[in-house]
Amino acid sequence: MNSKLKDMVWVFAEQTDGVMADVSLELLHKARTLAEKMKSQVSAVLLGDKIEGLSETLFAHGADNVYLLDDVELKDFRSMPYANLITNLVEEKRPRVVLFGATHIGRDIAPRVASHTRSGLTADCTELKIETLTIRKVQHEDLLLQIRPAFGGNIIATIISPDVEIQMATIREGVMEMGEPDASRKGTIIPVKVELDPVEVAVKIIEKHQEASSVNLKGAPIIVAGGYGADTPEKFQLVKDLAKVLGAELAGSRAAVDAGLISSERQVGQTGTTVRPKLYIAIGISGAIQHRAGMQESQKIIAINSDAEAPIFQVAHYGIHGNLTEVIPKLIAAYKSQLH
Amino acid sequence: MSLHTIVLVKQVPDTSNISGDVMRPDGTVNRARLPAIFNPEDQEALELALRLKDKHGGKVTALTMGPPNAANMLRECLYMGADRAILVSDRRFAAADTLATSYALHKAVHRIGDYDLIFGGRQAIDGDTAQVGPQTAEKLGIPQITYTLDVQKLDLKKKTVRAKRAIKNGYEILEAPLPVLLTVTKDAAEPRPFDVRRLCTYKRAQSRFEIEATVDDSHDLVWMDELMEKVKADDLLIETWNIEDIDADVQWCGLAGSPTKVHKVENVVLSGAEFKKVPATSDGLNDMITDLMQDHIFG
Repeated sequence: MNSKLKDMVWVFAEQTDGVMADVSLELLHKARTLAEKMKSQVSAVLLGDKIEGLSETLFAHGADNVYLLDDVELKDFRSMPYANLITNLVEEKRPRVVLFGATHIGRDIAPRVASHTRSGLTADCTELKIETLTIRKVQHEDLLLQIRPAFGGNIIATIISPDVEIQMATIREGVMEMGEPDASRKGTIIPVKVELDPVEVAVKIIEKHQEASSVNLKGAPIIVAGGYGADTPEKFQLVKDLAKVLGAELAGSRAAVDAGLISSERQVGQTGTTVRPKLYIAIGISGAIQHRAGMQESQKIIAINSDAEAPIFQVAHYGIHGNLTEVIPKLIAAYKSQLH
Repeated sequence: MSLHTIVLVKQVPDTSNISGDVMRPDGTVNRARLPAIFNPEDQEALELALRLKDKHGGKVTALTMGPPNAANMLRECLYMGADRAILVSDRRFAAADTLATSYALHKAVHRIGDYDLIFGGRQAIDGDTAQVGPQTAEKLGIPQITYTLDVQKLDLKKKTVRAKRAIKNGYEILEAPLPVLLTVTKDAAEPRPFDVRRLCTYKRAQSRFEIEATVDDSHDLVWMDELMEKVKADDLLIETWNIEDIDADVQWCGLAGSPTKVHKVENVVLSGAEFKKVPATSDGLNDMITDLMQDHIFG
């Protein structure tokens, strides 16, 4: 590693029970792109108990350094000790950019760290860039462009924090692409002393229940998703039938979740999961940007909608204008006939 | 000890109902065109606070920062059962990001004084950031429980609360010392309907702005003070605080106190995929499936 480079781009390395969150690895790859533009190194901040072994994974995905905070008090995630320790480190080293996964953990601690350090923080970014901008004749170097849908997803906003040193963002899992790991990459482990006041560890975990999810939207090659246009159990059954015939994973828009037709872990979109399958079939989904943000990177998209003007057609590769109660049975029949 | 809960609430534009004329030609949003509603998760937070009050007694204070018309939402808090409603409102708070908002809210909490619990919705539907709750907790120097699904046990003797928190693919039960701030997720608690008797009483509740609007030029300032006192004596005052009332430093408020700035706003540009219109006929669908099989999308 070139030790002359600054240490300006940080990623919070989120682990649970010794398993790295995918989003942290995705962010390391993005951080490399940002860091190259800033002529900086990439550092991961890793907290936990006996987790030093994870450093190799972080190096392989792009970290030059791992700040290692290893202590039995950090075994399970808790807001205050995690947030305070990261805050102390950020205040001491003053990176320019700190990225967190927009998870139940990242969205819990990032605001606390930003509050204490008075940093700019933007939630749920869908794109990040580094640029130098001149604002009112003042040149601002290495600005983090924090790009996200806003206002119910009707607009795309670019947020900047030009007047502060530290720029933070949270990013949802699946939004950034995880590149291939390079096992030959090496890095430096920087141990950080963990000192905690009793007040900081006063919140106790009484119980914890976590199950492996039975839903694997991110890994599914084919996804069939229903939305507002399939808002009755009868219509949604057709969506399920198609998913079954194609061996696809079932998903839905927020409307389908709100109508109680599918569980929220199957929601695709800005507030759900971001997917990029080989084939995405959107049925009765108008294609509000919240939804498109979660699926528009799919390799092929088929849209079935009774509204010819639905925005989903503008991101689709195949558009079928028609009533889903007529189209789906025909589609199933056509698929079956070609299998033989 | 008597329980005192503060609930952070926000009036938001109903972003779930955006129609054509809400978007200006330049791609910005005309907020005035959207109906203003009680942020759904904040309403659930108020419900959770009221349930604790039903069980343990005490008081619930609803606190908001917003424009004068946020008094409408505060009246709804009173209809549901809040004992006190406070509107933090000042032009100098305008354009606050989450940091400047949490700064103002924590100053208002300081002015309120003693409290055991603070509730708020996980996030507001106009920003979906989920940042104001944790940032307010940090500024108050208290712990937080985000993504709260349920409050299981409040022990006023030991001064602890147990809450169920959503985590990925599961949940955890946390026990926190009071005071603590909890942010509440969707579906934690179905808000109760308005109490008809409370509605009859508190529909006459007024903020300072609303009282001012009833006073015309023929009256002097003393008259205004008397009117305020009368409304207060009737327990119908929506307390209305400005920057000075909460002892806030102007430099940390509003746009000046907001590190994040909107640099650019764009209409959504749809990626122009190579698009094939497929007739909704058996032949059309057959051709599409042939295409997809050739591309090895199927199989």
